Amino acid sequence: MKRYSAFSIFREALRNNSGWQRAWAAPEPKAQYDIVIVGAGGHGLATAYYLARNHGIANVAVLEKGWLGGGNTGRNTTVIRSNYLQDPSAAIYEKSRSLYETLSQDLNMNIMFSPRGVMMLAQTEHEVRGYKRTAQANALQGVATEFIPPARVRELCPIIRIDGPRYPVLGALWQPRAGTARHDAVAWGYARACSAMGIDIIERCEVTAIRSNAGQVAGVETTRGAISCGKLALVVAGHSGHLAEMAGFRLPIESVALQALVSEPIKPCLDVVVMANTVHGYMSQSDKGEMVIGGGADGYNNYTQRGSFHHVEETVRSLIETFPMLSRLKMLRQWGGIVDMTGDRSPILSKTPLGGCYVNCGWGTGGFKAIPGSGWAMAELLAKGHSPLAEAFGLDRFREGRFIDESVAAGVAH
Amino acid sequence: MLILTCPCCGIKADETELAPGGEAHIKRHGPGSSDAEFEAYLFTRANPRGVHFERWRHAYGCGKWFLAARATDTLEVFGTYPATSTAVPDAILSRIRARRPDWIKPDRIKPA
Repeated sequence: MKRYSAFSIFREALRNNSGWQRAWAAPEPKAQYDIVIVGAGGHGLATAYYLARNHGIANVAVLEKGWLGGGNTGRNTTVIRSNYLQDPSAAIYEKSRSLYETLSQDLNMNIMFSPRGVMMLAQTEHEVRGYKRTAQANALQGVATEFIPPARVRELCPIIRIDGPRYPVLGALWQPRAGTARHDAVAWGYARACSAMGIDIIERCEVTAIRSNAGQVAGVETTRGAISCGKLALVVAGHSGHLAEMAGFRLPIESVALQALVSEPIKPCLDVVVMANTVHGYMSQSDKGEMVIGGGADGYNNYTQRGSFHHVEETVRSLIETFPMLSRLKMLRQWGGIVDMTGDRSPILSKTPLGGCYVNCGWGTGGFKAIPGSGWAMAELLAKGHSPLAEAFGLDRFREGRFIDESVAAGVAH
Repeated sequence: MLILTCPCCGIKADETELAPGGEAHIKRHGPGSSDAEFEAYLFTRANPRGVHFERWRHAYGCGKWFLAARATDTLEVFGTYPATSTAVPDAILSRIRARRPDWIKPDRIKPA
């Protein structure tokens, strides 16, 4: 694989761009792999990448029923932050955020990580208290955040309406090294790096059954033939429940639709990410100038990748209250992704009742930010059988009542 | 937009009028049950990509709970029935089978 560099761009400019290679290979599936990962989204590809890079296991296949990064990896609002309340969450999300800092160099692919800062608005007295508590917790966890007063909010984000009649801005939880990245590039970068290390990425290959032998996973049946494997990792977000049923167990997960929308492009006016959880909406401005807007999730199970219209209306209505200048903006596109929600709104990285079968799911509305950290921990779990970062996120936490309750502390509107 | 007919008041209500209440027909496991049964009752849920049975409440209407049979992959509604039903009515089962001949009524699978 040729390295990308400023020199390669210059050289290809002189050669009419005739020397670019495929970013990743398209191999036929082999009959047997050490580890099969189902799902070539960000989490699945990152898992494969760290398996090869950190643990030297490269006899790995990543199976994808559609196209690479075509699920939630390509459907999110690209926010990266780690200002969580609970210690296990802060550890894995901060690991992830810190990996994002150097990911472009590690993958030799510009993922456009932009640490522009994330501001979570406190619009009620309860939120002020909650975010002050989170800021203190973050200080103990080694995550750089601070609670900032309204004057500083206005300084960082001049277009915001500080003294709105219903939900005035009373302050914000500010994480200066949080931000955004180019979501597709993250998937492409991991895929390219995986392919270069000899990992097979097999697209348009849907898993139709999971084979087991005496309580131990034996392989998978796919639309491109049977593949046997030593270990199996299900990293399929919203479709985890569907695959778990194939493997013969159930997960404490329900799949719902979460929507986002973008406006027409406008001149630069917002250089931070603003989240307003009381009114269920968050927003950033893309490099193209579009306002990228996310809202709340639907309350009922849904696999259709489209959400309810009234949620769009609620999100936009509340954002206009906080950002009055948006009221004349036209919206260009709206889309939905299927998110896998657990009871405590924390992910599951765990072994399962089927021996050799592992799951990585339940990231719910906040999976994109976790891609590198999740891959790092999942690779360790697959290679060694345990991982310090993943330990608290086991399935047994539901039986034992050790919840990692982020439903009140999490940033996005759940 | 999802539209369900409330079996209590007979009104065709859209989802802004309704509050979703999660999976239907869950058996409560209380004192004397095993840890696994209680965990399953509290947390494990059917999450099919297809036919699903749910509880709903006509929150901004008559206020009553009811049950609905719905497809999660197409948003097709097979029918609604009273919350007092302990099993899915035959009329709704036959409507589902007419629309989806391959559908097999699931038993509860062992929880993780």
